[in-house]
Amino acid sequence: MSDELVTPQASSLPHAACNTCPAYTNAQLRKLGLDVSGWDYTVALAGNPNTGKSTVFNALTGLRQHTGNWAGKTVTRAEGGFRFQGKRYKLVDLPGTYSLLSTSADEEVARDFLLFGQPHVTVIVADATRLERNLNLVLQILAITDSVVVAVNLIDEARRHGIMIDERGLARDLGVPVVPIVARRGEGLPELLSTIAQVASGAIRPRPRHVPLRDAALERAVKQLVAQIEAVFPNLPQAYWVALRLLDGDASIAQAVREGTIGDLTRGQAVAPIALEAA
Amino acid sequence: MTPAPQEQLLNAAAALRRDLGPDLHDRVSEAIYTEATQIANRTISTDSRQAAFRLDRTVDQLVTSRLWGFPLMLLLLMAVFWATIAGANVPSRMLADLLLGTVYNALHAGAAAIGTPVWLSGLLIDGVYLATAWVVSVMLPPMAIFFPLFTLLEDLGYLPRVAFNLDRLFKGAGAHGKQSLSMMMGWGCNAAGVVATRIIDSPRERLIAIITNNFSICNGRWPTLILMGTLFIGATAPPALASFVAAASVVTVAVIGIFTTLLVSALLSRTVLTGEASTFSLELPPYRPPQVLRTLYTSLIGRTLIVLWRAITMAAPAGAVIWLSSNIMIGDASIAAHLVNALNPFGWWLGLNGVILLAYLVAIPANEIIIPTILMLTLTLNRSQLAQAGVMLELDNNLVYQTLTQFGGWTMLTAVNLMLFSLLHNPCGTTILTIWNETKSAKWTAVSTLLPLLLGIIVTFVTAAVARLVGWV
Repeated sequence: MSDELVTPQASSLPHAACNTCPAYTNAQLRKLGLDVSGWDYTVALAGNPNTGKSTVFNALTGLRQHTGNWAGKTVTRAEGGFRFQGKRYKLVDLPGTYSLLSTSADEEVARDFLLFGQPHVTVIVADATRLERNLNLVLQILAITDSVVVAVNLIDEARRHGIMIDERGLARDLGVPVVPIVARRGEGLPELLSTIAQVASGAIRPRPRHVPLRDAALERAVKQLVAQIEAVFPNLPQAYWVALRLLDGDASIAQAVREGTIGDLTRGQAVAPIALEAA
Repeated sequence: MTPAPQEQLLNAAAALRRDLGPDLHDRVSEAIYTEATQIANRTISTDSRQAAFRLDRTVDQLVTSRLWGFPLMLLLLMAVFWATIAGANVPSRMLADLLLGTVYNALHAGAAAIGTPVWLSGLLIDGVYLATAWVVSVMLPPMAIFFPLFTLLEDLGYLPRVAFNLDRLFKGAGAHGKQSLSMMMGWGCNAAGVVATRIIDSPRERLIAIITNNFSICNGRWPTLILMGTLFIGATAPPALASFVAAASVVTVAVIGIFTTLLVSALLSRTVLTGEASTFSLELPPYRPPQVLRTLYTSLIGRTLIVLWRAITMAAPAGAVIWLSSNIMIGDASIAAHLVNALNPFGWWLGLNGVILLAYLVAIPANEIIIPTILMLTLTLNRSQLAQAGVMLELDNNLVYQTLTQFGGWTMLTAVNLMLFSLLHNPCGTTILTIWNETKSAKWTAVSTLLPLLLGIIVTFVTAAVARLVGWV
């Protein structure tokens, strides 16, 4: 089980003619299951609910995280390992989330890890049949981290529904690598692996598109607040995001700032208990 | 005194926020949405006349229609249970023959040959081995059929459609529509169902979902329902219809569970957990042809065997406890006999008996061991009436029925009330622990534990009283 070779399915992908590509010659994946010891890189799997994150996770780690065709199966983060081209990777499967501005406990798990867990590579699994809606989250994640690979999953289904996606154009627009995959059948996974490895090692340096706020007053306010945040919390990785949340009046973030626990959010893995007294 | 730097920071943020006006969230979202739309327009082209697209739409209009949604749902549930009951019959008997007959006799013969003391072979073979063997033969065949079928429905994309259908009802009960999803997770395992309530963002509605999750029949309880439905209710129908009637009885209990969920949710949301139902958007994913072989493999290995293993690890010590308590004498009777006799009067009022109540006490760690515990207690407590206990152990369904009716004094009322009590009683130990972990509240953990038990006592009591009054038993 642990030593499996991902078979390149060269014929089924449009741009797979390059048999000399390192993705094919070196596509030796060793699934390490739960073994995440001594990892070189952490890779996070993020994306909207029900886009196939857990399927990708299982395919790469050999684990059997519960999968199913509905939004909301994964509510905690799962970790597994794999080895590829001599490097060990820790893969973190996050609950699906529609936005980084959301509030439910499962979505907070994803948000906090992306913001403060500082993965080396973030793979955003997007659903090709609902790409426009998925792009909202992609753009939000691009605002907080550079090392992103977008895996456009379910392209077989998109094709069945008559949806055609220009992956090269998308990669150009987003400024990060875009890999079309069919996770359930393992199609495109060798390319995805090789892209992850290149982003992790720095061979590919994505230059993600940052959505302009299109609002001069807002830009000024954010800039001013970021400076203040960095003065109080010099090591905080996501000052820009924290500034936006504070300007938006996010009570839980304000609380974390007040107690000085902002930045520790990822260490407390457990989901906060329900705080509620009977009305 | 100057305020702490954190407070200064927050004050600055508040001041900036006042200057910016209230619609900041919308402005930021708007910028992102506009950008996403522009990128999508450049890179995605759609041909909506494709056949697959229209087929999905047509199927959705049928399975989520007001008229056909619920009947189709019940029909699918019926089909799943019918396949489970009809299909499990033969392998169950073969497993029982092997484990409770051949292997059991061989173990006893082997123990006698090497001169094992009677108390030791009794404890290990009649206690530990027998309990685990029963768990395997009662649970393995139905679970090996039920899980793959349920997983196929899940893979296909049917669950969100059920959630869509049930949404109106949950909204009417003042609960969150996503509760139907955590409820369906509960049909696999209540502990998993309680964790699944994290998808609900309002604390009020999440508590309602946690408290009511126990009304979803779980892995540990399906076998009890299936066995009772088969032995007592299916048997009243002509043989050709038996498994159909048995399946209908199991589905009925599951549907009573859904109604109880809605009823209790409505009561909670109108009394202690008052508030408006939140709105949410539910994605109906496209139908995906399930990967049959992979589903079979993962649901057999990942679910059936894990559930079975949990049952075995619980059954082994329980078997030892049952054997010891039925063989250690205090005065003229065993410990188990004393307990059963003490519980019998209360059990009678509930249309159950002392053996069943004792079994539910023993089975607090895991509901899976209810049936083996009941069988072992019934057999050992009536040992004097059995010529030789060993002969009776090769239990196929007929013999289980005879044992329960002749030695245990069971009637149709006992079976029906056991099915109801199986639906309505305290959650298992693992689930209680999970509820505590998710709520960190002793009060709500106690409510989630005791409320179902109280309901179970009331419902079985009323059922028994009515049945006796009308003269059914």
